[in-house]
Amino acid sequence: MSGRPTAPRRLLVISAGLRTPSSTRLLADRLRAAAVTALRARGLDVADTTVELREHARDLTAMLLTGTPTPALTGLLDEVGRADAVVLVTPIYSGAYTGMVKDLVDLLPEDALAGVPVLMGATGGTGRHALALDHTLRPLLGHVHAVTVPTAVFAATEDFATEDPQHPLGARVARAADELAALVAGRPPRVQDDPWDVSGVAELLTDL
Amino acid sequence: MQFGVFSVGDVTPDPTTGRTPTEGERIAAMVAIALKAEEVGLDVFATGEHHNPPFVPSSPTTMLGYVAARTERIVLSTSTTLITTNDPVKIAEDYAMLQHLAGGRVDLMMGRGNTGPVYPWFGQDIRNGVELALENYALLRRLWREDVVDWSGRFRTPLQSFTSTPRPLDGVPPFVWHGSIRTPQIAEQAAYYGDGFFHNNIFWPIEHTAAMIDLYRRRWEHHGHGPADTAIVGLGGQVFMRPRSQDAVREFRPYFDVAPVYGHGPSLEEFTETTPLTVGSPQQVIDRYAAMRDHVGDYQRQLFLIDHAGLPLDVVLEQIEILGAEVVPVLRRELAVGRPAHVPDAPTHASLVAAAGGARDATVYAGADAVTGASPEAVVR
Repeated sequence: MSGRPTAPRRLLVISAGLRTPSSTRLLADRLRAAAVTALRARGLDVADTTVELREHARDLTAMLLTGTPTPALTGLLDEVGRADAVVLVTPIYSGAYTGMVKDLVDLLPEDALAGVPVLMGATGGTGRHALALDHTLRPLLGHVHAVTVPTAVFAATEDFATEDPQHPLGARVARAADELAALVAGRPPRVQDDPWDVSGVAELLTDL
Repeated sequence: MQFGVFSVGDVTPDPTTGRTPTEGERIAAMVAIALKAEEVGLDVFATGEHHNPPFVPSSPTTMLGYVAARTERIVLSTSTTLITTNDPVKIAEDYAMLQHLAGGRVDLMMGRGNTGPVYPWFGQDIRNGVELALENYALLRRLWREDVVDWSGRFRTPLQSFTSTPRPLDGVPPFVWHGSIRTPQIAEQAAYYGDGFFHNNIFWPIEHTAAMIDLYRRRWEHHGHGPADTAIVGLGGQVFMRPRSQDAVREFRPYFDVAPVYGHGPSLEEFTETTPLTVGSPQQVIDRYAAMRDHVGDYQRQLFLIDHAGLPLDVVLEQIEILGAEVVPVLRRELAVGRPAHVPDAPTHASLVAAAGGARDATVYAGADAVTGASPEAVVR
């Protein structure tokens, strides 16, 4: 423990499960707990928030159509823009993340995820989808300049059936969480650009 | 406090009948709306500027010149004039000409335009939108204020010894508003020059509008134009009224549900809660808009959108009559109460002339004409 008085790192967990309760949320909770533990083990203070993306589904569609976020969606977009680390968990539908995840990423302000460590998780019916995150979500997050954690965590239905503490899912969760914590520990707390800073404009105008 | 209407000029099918007006009908409707606005005592008519279907108003000064000839009192404005893709030289000429023809009843609202394809049609790139707005407007100001301009910039061919004619009426350029929804740089531009700032909030929660206006007011004071509450603020609005609110909702919903831009998205109820759209009785509109100043301070101009989404002209004209008879007179009274004496009205040609120390003939009387006397062939030789 360093004991330095720094602001807590903001961990944002986004669960894109479509049902309630959902196995996606179960995995998200597990990844959140592991990430908090791993971050604290590195001496970092953590403030974590979990968001159910389905609660914003209509707002996402409305913003796609009108260009305007509702106050609730503004809160979520701001939350992403402040996050020091993100855990993003999605069901795999038709071989890829769900459309809701793409809607969110499409609507994020520019650079909202740039340089931000993101741990990807997914659930699916069978283990045949295990590489879907690496083939679909990792390129999407790369496009918005997020720093994806090397280990993506995929859980199939059968993984929830076991009580075996040696089950490989548990090891994978711990490994991914530790990789996330290492990335977060290696960078300073996120400082947000002030969107209202217009100091450069007056200088520009003076020169015109 | 000025009240008026602003039109996008969309040609949209009436979803209740399936009928789409012709361009000619829509243009005539926009003129009828302007005339009705003057008739019922509104202060401002503003037209949008668009260069793609389904919109008709590509040539605002042509329309406003015609309206000017048929009206006596109403101020003619734009919502917005595309400062990015129009040549600032042509804006300077067109609006100075309109000033003369309209006896000074002219101001403009600058906007960038958010339709990507329009930019390349005019040789520009939407990614330079803010830079275009800053540079073009800086040139426009000089063209109206300096008789002879030498200029070079990034986006336009240089000017040498250029005089924009006619010179502004009485030597006073039209007042300028800058319209922006979410770009702080444009609020800063308005504040820097001491121009007006119009927030077209029709799709936005009031918290966002308040934050943009607050930035503009603070920067207005920072740049030395006076206390923040003397900045010149305009807001958009959107209403549909019937004596009984349930009738208004029933009649407007089919238009709302399939309207361009927000149709098929949020419900009418959600949209009225989070944006200034008010569908109900005139009293509901009064209550909603009388409270706007609680969020943005005492302001100078309120424009209403009342003619889009395929609403038929007779219904639109009824809406303007309700505004003029039942809504605006009450808002004028209510908003005058508690308004500090030092909060100015929106500048008009008369107030700008007075501030300039009176009218003057600004004509540039040229000497020998060395330019237009010869044929092109003679010049080439």
